[in-house]
Amino acid sequence: MNISDFVCDSVRDLPPSGIRKFFDIVSTMEGAVSLGVGEPDFVTPWNMREAAIYSLEQGHTHYTSNWGTIELRRAISKYLAVRFGLEYNPENQVLVTVGASEGIDLALRAIIHPGDEVLVPDPSYVSYAPCVSLCGGKPVGIQTDAQAEFKILPEALERSITSRTRALILPYPNNPTGAVMTRRDLEKIVPVLKKHDIVIISDEIYGELTYTPERHASIAEFAELHDRVVLLSGFSKSFAMTGWRIGYACAHRDLMAAMVKIHQYTIMCAPIMSQAAACEGLVKSMSDGFAQVESMKRAYNRRRRVILSAVREMGLSCFEPQGAFYIFPSIKSTGRSSEEFCEDLLKRQKVAVVPGTAFGASGEGHIRCSYAYSIENIQDALARIRKYLEGNERR
Amino acid sequence: MSEIKEEILEILSEDSRTTPAQIALMTGAPEEEIKKCIAELEEERIIVKYHAAINWDKTQDASVQALIEVKVTPQRDRGFDTIARRIYRFDEVRSVYLMSGTYDLLVIVDGKSMRQVAYFVAERLSTIEGVLSTATHFILKKYKDDGVLLEDESDDRLVVTP
Repeated sequence: MNISDFVCDSVRDLPPSGIRKFFDIVSTMEGAVSLGVGEPDFVTPWNMREAAIYSLEQGHTHYTSNWGTIELRRAISKYLAVRFGLEYNPENQVLVTVGASEGIDLALRAIIHPGDEVLVPDPSYVSYAPCVSLCGGKPVGIQTDAQAEFKILPEALERSITSRTRALILPYPNNPTGAVMTRRDLEKIVPVLKKHDIVIISDEIYGELTYTPERHASIAEFAELHDRVVLLSGFSKSFAMTGWRIGYACAHRDLMAAMVKIHQYTIMCAPIMSQAAACEGLVKSMSDGFAQVESMKRAYNRRRRVILSAVREMGLSCFEPQGAFYIFPSIKSTGRSSEEFCEDLLKRQKVAVVPGTAFGASGEGHIRCSYAYSIENIQDALARIRKYLEGNERR
Repeated sequence: MSEIKEEILEILSEDSRTTPAQIALMTGAPEEEIKKCIAELEEERIIVKYHAAINWDKTQDASVQALIEVKVTPQRDRGFDTIARRIYRFDEVRSVYLMSGTYDLLVIVDGKSMRQVAYFVAERLSTIEGVLSTATHFILKKYKDDGVLLEDESDDRLVVTP
């Protein structure tokens, strides 16, 4: 008997993570400078950490309601209303999840029949396609490109929809590209979405990190689509809480009931101390004009401008990303593939960036550089990349 | 104050060596405008001085710092200002604040040794006319100074994550 024979087909057939492979190489290397992380460099604001400590001291160590504590759900509901003009009832439309990642899984499992197609912009975050496959669905890529600033265009969307299409994943601001869909961009795809009966899973985890003059717009703001949208978000990026695993999902109450059913059997509830911390963060932010979030956002925005101008100066073409904390420059001019480029850069100059192909085939020819680092760290890495490119020309 | 000036102040309070060119890059505003704003901020004495945050504990320097609570009698028409001025002119005095609460002035004093600070308090400060009483507290260790952590905090994130 070979124990690996027990691994089921759907898991065995999942492709290995391109990031994992790269991580294994980087972690053996000493003195490497990284622009490779997908999480904030800030530590969770102290008042939130303190709230979690206090909650533990009080002996709040039990399960909460499957939905999450009502205090947190009310805070989320109010937050979405004041910040984005969205209306969700905290009683039956807001579910606290273990990171937005759990929300992705719940939303897909709640709606996918075997063979259903789910549209996933390519490139995008590494989890969507595998999660679709795990529910027996078929991920269908919508290719996006630098020319259209990695946005979803109505024509491409229309072309991708078939009779088997069940849902569209709408992950903006986008990881890895930093692309956003502004209100105007969303308005263009709304008619297509209205025409077809599909669910829209809108992953807005980077929503607070939007650098356009106008605030982040959610597809759920369009009344005619609102009931078909599953809004996913969380605290990892906006409040620098990645390790706490805390997020939320909002949807029509009937769809939410289905998602809660899965959640209650598989997860029970999100960690109670994380809920306490998240609640503190939202309540404080609503009383001080989101001072902490805004201050982190200003810091990211400065780094964004610095890294973008440096990368362009080096002769790499790059569209201006308006969200998240990534830039996605093209390295096609070097004549190498994304993976070759990243491995070579790591070997020669000890800088870790992530090949665009780790996020889908359309990422070929690009690299993801994160600017969730101090300016000093970014400048150090940029100097090495510059050196690498100059050496490359001579070779 | 304009938004750009606020942002300039935020950047310079983080790192006063940031050049106008770098600030222009960070904010997306033209360098000329940044230069003009900084000149105005200096002119208005909103930016008073550019200095380095130093962790003296890591040097061989053996000097000490003390916070001194001072109770005084305010003077007619001049309130606390005259007495505060008499205090802050001493070289030893680093900062002077007028406080609410149980005492009036908070004086921060640098000295080469505890004895020197004690001498300053006994001979110079307490003898000023109008000073009623003093209470001296020596600083033992600084953890955070002016918003800057003096202990090192490392980046413990995994080097590559999705």
